Order: sequence, then structure tokens, then C-alpha cells
Amino acid sequence: MTFYAALGAVEQGFAYGIMVIGVYLTFRILDFPDLTVDGSLPLGASVSAVAITNGIDPYLSLIFAIIAGFIAGAVTAILNTKFKILHLLASILTMIALYSVNIRIMNGPNVALLGVETVFDPLITMGIPPHLAGLVLFSIFAILVAILMIWFLHTELGQAVLATGDNAQMITSQGVNTHTMIILGVGFSNALVALSGALVAQNQGASDVGMGIGTIVAGLASVIIGETVFGCRTVFRAFIAALLGSILYRLAIALALGMELGNFRFNPSDLNLITAILVIIALITPNIKKRLIQR
Amino acid sequence: MKKIILSLIILGLFSFQGLMAETYQISVNQFVEHPALDAVLQGFKDYMKDNQIQVKYKVHNAQANMGTATQIGQQILGEESDLIMAIATPSAQACARALEKAPMDLRRPFLFTAVTDPVAAGLVTNLKKPGGYITGVSDLMPIEKHLKMLLTFNPNIERLGFMYNPGETNSTVLLKTLKKLTARMGIKVIDGTATKTSEVYQAAKSLIGKVDAVFIPTDNTIISGLESAIKVGTQFKLPIFAGDVDSVKRGAIAAMGFNYYKHGYQTGAMAKKILLGANPGQIPVEFQKELELHINTKYAKLMGVTPPKSLLKIADKIYSK
Repeated sequence: MTFYAALGAVEQGFAYGIMVIGVYLTFRILDFPDLTVDGSLPLGASVSAVAITNGIDPYLSLIFAIIAGFIAGAVTAILNTKFKILHLLASILTMIALYSVNIRIMNGPNVALLGVETVFDPLITMGIPPHLAGLVLFSIFAILVAILMIWFLHTELGQAVLATGDNAQMITSQGVNTHTMIILGVGFSNALVALSGALVAQNQGASDVGMGIGTIVAGLASVIIGETVFGCRTVFRAFIAALLGSILYRLAIALALGMELGNFRFNPSDLNLITAILVIIALITPNIKKRLIQR
Repeated sequence: MKKIILSLIILGLFSFQGLMAETYQISVNQFVEHPALDAVLQGFKDYMKDNQIQVKYKVHNAQANMGTATQIGQQILGEESDLIMAIATPSAQACARALEKAPMDLRRPFLFTAVTDPVAAGLVTNLKKPGGYITGVSDLMPIEKHLKMLLTFNPNIERLGFMYNPGETNSTVLLKTLKKLTARMGIKVIDGTATKTSEVYQAAKSLIGKVDAVFIPTDNTIISGLESAIKVGTQFKLPIFAGDVDSVKRGAIAAMGFNYYKHGYQTGAMAKKILLGANPGQIPVEFQKELELHINTKYAKLMGVTPPKSLLKIADKIYSK
């Protein structure tokens, strides 16, 4: 792996890490398998891209993306809680609807963000080299988001969200409306996913309606890699693990991309297989280590 | 003694390699495995081989994932190749962005190919003078020529079906141009959309009775599920035409085509110029030069169409079985 490949992987790891924190929130804390993310990631990207190309400040565009993401998540949650549609199906419905919505927003499938002002420009004027600006900005954003989420889950409202996922009956008897908690939680989750999408789009030079494909796969893989490798005993540890899991997942892809064993070169089409194998190795190593130590 | 002979052989091999022409390294960022895009890469490689240019390839495939395409963009920077090539729009955008933020000493000449609209994609602002280190080949279809061919088959077309995925830029760009053209001729264009390959069958069925003929552009989604559209065409005698010649072999009646292998070959010629020292920013963006006419007489009959003799005479290839 070259220096630039590693740099790119860590950068992507942080950018998608914000999405992973969102997935953690629904998947682990609320126990709500949410596929909306495949649509809300490009939703954030489209909103931000259209705002920027219309002359709106790139940072302000992130706020728009966050709001749009929250609405998308809330729609899924309302379909589930108020209309009793199974959570998986509710999220699939929002996801497929968002495909058309995103094309409407962008007035086409792709909006280019090459050569326009982006969130990176202020950092570059401050003297940070352009190839490091992404890493600096994404790590700040990701760590800020993690801290905010940890703080939120320690507030009274956050505790209610936590309890909704753990034991809905108990929390209902305490007089908390679980429906509101689910709508809030899934909304927050998708707001983060949309933020991640907006940042990713500005980093990759375009917002594309197809960029959401596989988001949930990457999100779940990262969550589980993080949990297995770094543990998740406390909320604090779990969020940091989610971020690190995202970085590890991207490093696995970078490693697979650069793989050259002697004269045998893998086929470019083997990429997904190799990534999967590397992730499996990362997942079973702690287990094997534990067994060896026990012996 | 054995050792001496062995080292002599090795030495000989090394000096032999030294005598040969310089070997260039080219990094490739391909968006997805797809017969057309694979043909582009093959055509490119064959041009290099035919012109005795020694090339070491570093090929990466994003497997249709944009996040991976971005990572490949950065991966390629670290490979420090002599030339970077991106196949299809999302990969080209990812590479362009990676190069935009790269330190000066890592910037390399960048060639895009199989990109329909390089200006809308933000890759270049001026097709004649791209500027910087970027140029490439566009696969914008000459849709007027296609339309002319369709009207030679059936001059009475009044309603034309257009099957595409609204999520693909290349198709939406074409649809816009087509609608402008047909408005002048009094032909109505009716959309049949599919967002996934599994929806192609339904999309084709939705056009039955509403159109006189169907045109399928170079749309990745529809072309991947072409067989289901052909099935509907033969069942309901709905003539189906395509935008690329590879689809004719699979059952489309005819295409005024676009041969992606030649597209890659043409890209290779541009790469040669750049490797020999030309400045990419000074090379105008090229469009596909040669078109081919392929006709499938068997499927024409199944869909109730008789190919006109004038076209059969000039066809480059005719499939009759």
C-alpha cells in the first residue's frame, strides 16, 4: 500500500465514519435495521451539490443536507410507528422513493463539483496542503459528531432513546412516548448519513444518484469490525470503535487494491472478494488470539 | 560453473531488456465490469500492442461503487504512473478530483474515455482546449445518424419509444438531444424507464401499443437486461433498435454503431501522443470517428420488419442466424 492509498483510505474512513455512527445509532442502539441510508447518503450529497452550484456557502449546504437527511429518516420512522409498516419494509420504501427524489433534486443523475468552492477551500487558504485538507476536515467532523452523540446519549432525552432500543415496555411504563424516540433516533441517524454523503460528494468531485449503493453494507461491516476489534463496552468506546471500524474497512479495500503477490496479480474484478476475505481475517483474529491465550 | 552460466543468462536477460524500448506504466480506473467498458480497455491495450509500445498496466475496477472509485483515484496517485486513464464518468470525476488536490509532483497526464458529456461532468470547460493535464474521448452518440437509420427502416414512425435508466447521465443527455431533434420532425418520444435490470421487462411491456418502434441507447442498465426487452419485442412484434453494435448480435434489429473496442483503440492513439510528450491540455477532446452498421435479419423478421435493401448493401455486418 502506498502512502497516498493509505492516506486516501483513512480520509474515506473518517468521511464514511460519520455514516457508520448513524448506522450504529439505528442498528445497535435503537435495534431498528434501517436501509434508508442507501438513499439518504446520496440525498445529502444532492442537496449539498445543488446548493453549492447555486452559490450557497459549502458549510451552509451541509446544514441543508442534515435537515434533508433528518426528514428522510423521520419518514421511515413514521411509516413504521404510526402506520405499522415493518421497519425493514418502511426503510426500503423510503430508500427507493429517494432514488427518484434525488434525481428530481439534481435535475438529473449527476452534478459535478469539480472546480467549484467546497468545504476544503478555507483550510487550503489557511495553508494546509490540498491533499491533507480532506483528512484534517473529516477527522475533525467525525470526532465532533462522535463527541456530540456521546453527549446526547447522556442527556435525559438520549437516555430515553437508549432505553427505547433496550426495553420499550419499561420505558413506556415510565411515561415516555417510544414513537417519538424512534422518529428522533432514526431522523438523527439519517441526518448524520446525509452529512457524510455531502462531505463525500465534495471530496469525490460529484454527487451521483448511484453513490448510495452499498452504503448499508459498508456501514454494517464497519460497525461489526469496530465492535469485534476494539470492543463496545461503553457508549464512548462503541462510537470510537465505529469510527475505527470504518477506517479499517477502507484500509482493507486499499490493501486489496494494491495487492500484488509475486508475479501473480489479482484480477481487478477480484476486488470485492479480497476485501471480504481481509474483513473476515480482521473479524476472526481476535477470536483466535483469545483461544490461543486460553490454552 | 553452473552458477556462472546462470548469472550470464540473467545478465543477458537484463541487457536484453535494456535494449528494448522504454516501458511505460499506465494506471486505469474502470468503473464497472461491463462488456462495452471491457471492450474499451481491450481496444486501448491492442492499440498499444500494435504500435509496439511497452506498457505495464495497473488496472483497478470500482465494481460500480463510487466510494471505491474515489479510493482508486488516490491509490493511483501513489502508483506514480506515466499516464492515468479513467473509463466511464464516475471514475473520471473521482480521478479528476484526486489530481486536483494532489501535490504538483504527483500530477500526471490524465485521459478519460467512454464519458458522454465531459463538460457537464465538470472534467473540462472547453472541448477544443481542455487545458491543464486533462483530455479524453467522448462517447456521445451521433443521434441524428441513428434517427436517420430508423426512418430508413420505417419512414412512418410517429411515436418512438426510448428505454433508459433516469439515473444514468449518458442516457438523459441523449434523450434531451433526441427530443429536440424529433420535435422538429413531428415524432413523439415516449419514455420507458427502468432503474434496475430486473425492471427492463416491465419497461418494454409498458411501450406495447404506444409506439411504432423502440430505440435503446447506450444505457448500462437497459443493455444489461437487453434480452428481456428483445423477448417482448418478438412476442408483440415491437421493432427494437439499439445504439451499440454489440446489442445487434443479442437480438436488436440494427444499430448504427458505436463500437466500444474502436473507442478504446482511438483512446490508445491519444495516449501515444501524450506518452511521446504532447501536452494533454493542448489536445482537443475527441469523439468517436468510425461508425458501423450492423443488422440482424433473423430478429428483424421475428419483430415483423423487413430491412431495406439500401441498408443491407452498406451494412458492415449482418447476422442472419
